Amino acid sequence: MILNMLVAGFGGQGVLFMGKVAAKTAMLEERFVSWLPSYGPEMRGGTANCAVCIDDKEISCPLITRPETLVVLNTPSFERFTDAVKPGGRVFVDSSLVDKKTDRTDIDAFYIPSTGLAEENGLKGLGNIVMLGQVLRQTAFTGLETLVQSMKECVPASKAFLQEANERALRLGFSYCAVQA
Amino acid sequence: MSQKYLMKGNEALAEAAIRAHCRHFFGYPITPQTEVAAYMAKRMPKIGGTYLQAESEVAAINMVLGAASAGARAMTSSSSPGISLKTEGISYIAASDLPALIINVMRGGPGLGGIQPSQSDYWQATRAPGHGDAQLLVYAPSSVQEMVDLVIRAFETGEKYRCPAMLLADGMLGQMMEPVSFPDEIALPASKPWALTGTGEKRRPNIINSLYLTPSQLEEIVRKRFERYELIKQNEVLWDSYRLEDAEYMVVAYGATARICKAAVEIAREMGVKAGLFRPVTLWPYPTSQLAECAKKVSRILCVEMSMGQMVDDVRLAVNGTCPVSFYGRTGGIVPTPEEIAQQITALAAAKA
Amino acid sequence: MAVIFQKTKGLTDCETHYCPGCTHGIVHRLVAECLEELGVLGKTVGVCPVGCAVMAYDYFNCDMVEAPHGRAPAVATGIKRVQPGNVVFTYQGDGDLAAIGTAETIHAATRGENITVIFINNAIYGMTGGQMAPTTLPGQVTQTTPYGRDTGYSGFPVKVCELLQNVDGVAFAERTAVNTVAHIRQAKAAIKKAFTCQLEGRGFSIVEVLSTCPTNWGMTPVEALGWVEEKMIPYYPLGNFADRDVHRKPEGENV
Repeated sequence: MILNMLVAGFGGQGVLFMGKVAAKTAMLEERFVSWLPSYGPEMRGGTANCAVCIDDKEISCPLITRPETLVVLNTPSFERFTDAVKPGGRVFVDSSLVDKKTDRTDIDAFYIPSTGLAEENGLKGLGNIVMLGQVLRQTAFTGLETLVQSMKECVPASKAFLQEANERALRLGFSYCAVQA
Repeated sequence: MSQKYLMKGNEALAEAAIRAHCRHFFGYPITPQTEVAAYMAKRMPKIGGTYLQAESEVAAINMVLGAASAGARAMTSSSSPGISLKTEGISYIAASDLPALIINVMRGGPGLGGIQPSQSDYWQATRAPGHGDAQLLVYAPSSVQEMVDLVIRAFETGEKYRCPAMLLADGMLGQMMEPVSFPDEIALPASKPWALTGTGEKRRPNIINSLYLTPSQLEEIVRKRFERYELIKQNEVLWDSYRLEDAEYMVVAYGATARICKAAVEIAREMGVKAGLFRPVTLWPYPTSQLAECAKKVSRILCVEMSMGQMVDDVRLAVNGTCPVSFYGRTGGIVPTPEEIAQQITALAAAKA
Repeated sequence: MAVIFQKTKGLTDCETHYCPGCTHGIVHRLVAECLEELGVLGKTVGVCPVGCAVMAYDYFNCDMVEAPHGRAPAVATGIKRVQPGNVVFTYQGDGDLAAIGTAETIHAATRGENITVIFINNAIYGMTGGQMAPTTLPGQVTQTTPYGRDTGYSGFPVKVCELLQNVDGVAFAERTAVNTVAHIRQAKAAIKKAFTCQLEGRGFSIVEVLSTCPTNWGMTPVEALGWVEEKMIPYYPLGNFADRDVHRKPEGENV
């Protein structure tokens, strides 16, 4: 599978949006894709996650129980999902928000201070996009320009003014050199 | 058919209905189908259609009854507890020989239940969608694209046989995004000479009714309707299979569960167990003979549902004792994982060996 | 030979099933005459209730649909939204409109749904054989209030016009009776006005008709007419309760 990614965090962190931007690249590249959110009664503030599968063949099951790629943007998600990552897989941790490290040695762990990076660069609230840039760097599930294009298509016209900042956040995350644990 | 869109199941089905010339939607909000209503509320006013939020599910289904009797391609959507309220109207619609589309994005029950995906309304949809001798066409999509295709088919088939149709989906399909495309052109509904359009003082009044106080007359009308049901059973069954050609173990599942079972089949095969999947696409009419035929070639059947075991009744009826049928289900809004289903399949194989 | 009087085209030749002395027949005729006189019979769709008028589809000479109990205003809403240019009316009794269908009634009214409701109030359930209705008077004996309706126990009658008077979507509401010739003439005028109101796109219109049920009241037809005058009218005063424009969009424009 080209991408088998679970993104988890709090509602309002852009978890679902981040997954959607990744999913949309598959549309541009005419690949098969599914995007499956988990949802609770709370629209904001609760836990949220979404599963994105991209493949060259039909996606049999959109549900991800053993992610190859895990992105965690808060501590509860780190605790809940890190053990589920497939051996040989990878976890991306927003180290600005999660003060923990995994003991697992059979997966790659990337600790990216994405929220902090975004804030330092005047991109407050775009930590999710910074993280997506880094995911791209490490997984190469698509091309950078495809991802930029996908983001353009995911941002509604009413928020088009965010486009420039979004793109900057993506490139920032992409060029960030993580210290691999 | 070329343009692809990344859409949520609920939105895709709403768009499909609009493209299928449906211009009358009557609903009442309930999780997890609210996107359908929201999409309709946004789109309908722009295309000269009607989106009306009723005071209850009961009122909404009766508005559908009215709109359908006036000849419109009309629909409503809800989720399990709301469908219970609609069953009164569904019975009247079926008894009045009216076509209409009812969407059920199922959630966990009974009672208020939960809001996570479920398949525990199978009995309701296929056995008792309302009181009386009546059936609904029941379509069970298992992808966002099928949400689109089956909405269109449900309208067309319902009108062909003059009976209501239900799209039985679940919260997982409703919330999920997948690429979809829409047919370039969908045929306009055929004329409906029975519709209540006003006599123009040129013809005798059309009457749409479900009351027949003379038993022999009511029996005759019900029998005639069942003759149509027989035609539906002959002509409208839909099913699909996956890796069934050389399978020794057959999983039977529908809707979102069938997607998970596909992955389970793959896992089981990696473990050396030849598994395959039989997926009913129409739940009524049920692919009874097709399932019986496939059952001849396997040694064990496993029915998997997000319920305590409802469709398994139809599997057992179809197989009629020729092959052992076991059941695995999760309920209450729990979605089973491919791994736990694969384990059930391999356990069957182990039991046999 | 000169024709002096003939049956309205608005009614079929079907003999009604109503009991002797029942006033449903009068109200049917008034509705049918109004539709004919307004020249709209060919573009009218009627909605039947559940109750004694359940078979009204056999009597009215226009397109008709039978609604589930109490749901006639919702069914009428569906029809009207498909065919805003047609005249759509419901014909409902007190159980249908003011008990099981209260929500449908109130909300069709709040939407200012451009339909006409003919509401028969005879203070009893006729079709099921004389049980308490939401409009049964205090103290009135019925099969299910054998000692008389005790308002402390069974509650008070529903005054539909008074209730709907305060609903903004109601363009026209009038209570009438058919127990005397004078009242019948007033009732016809009100029914015609209600349909006119719909034709003008003014919103929800309702005419309540105080009616008799000699069979279940246990009276002769003449006694029953007197009972309307002596008992019902004092509790349910006749008159107009609303006559206003609720500012709907013009006919034919999609809403």
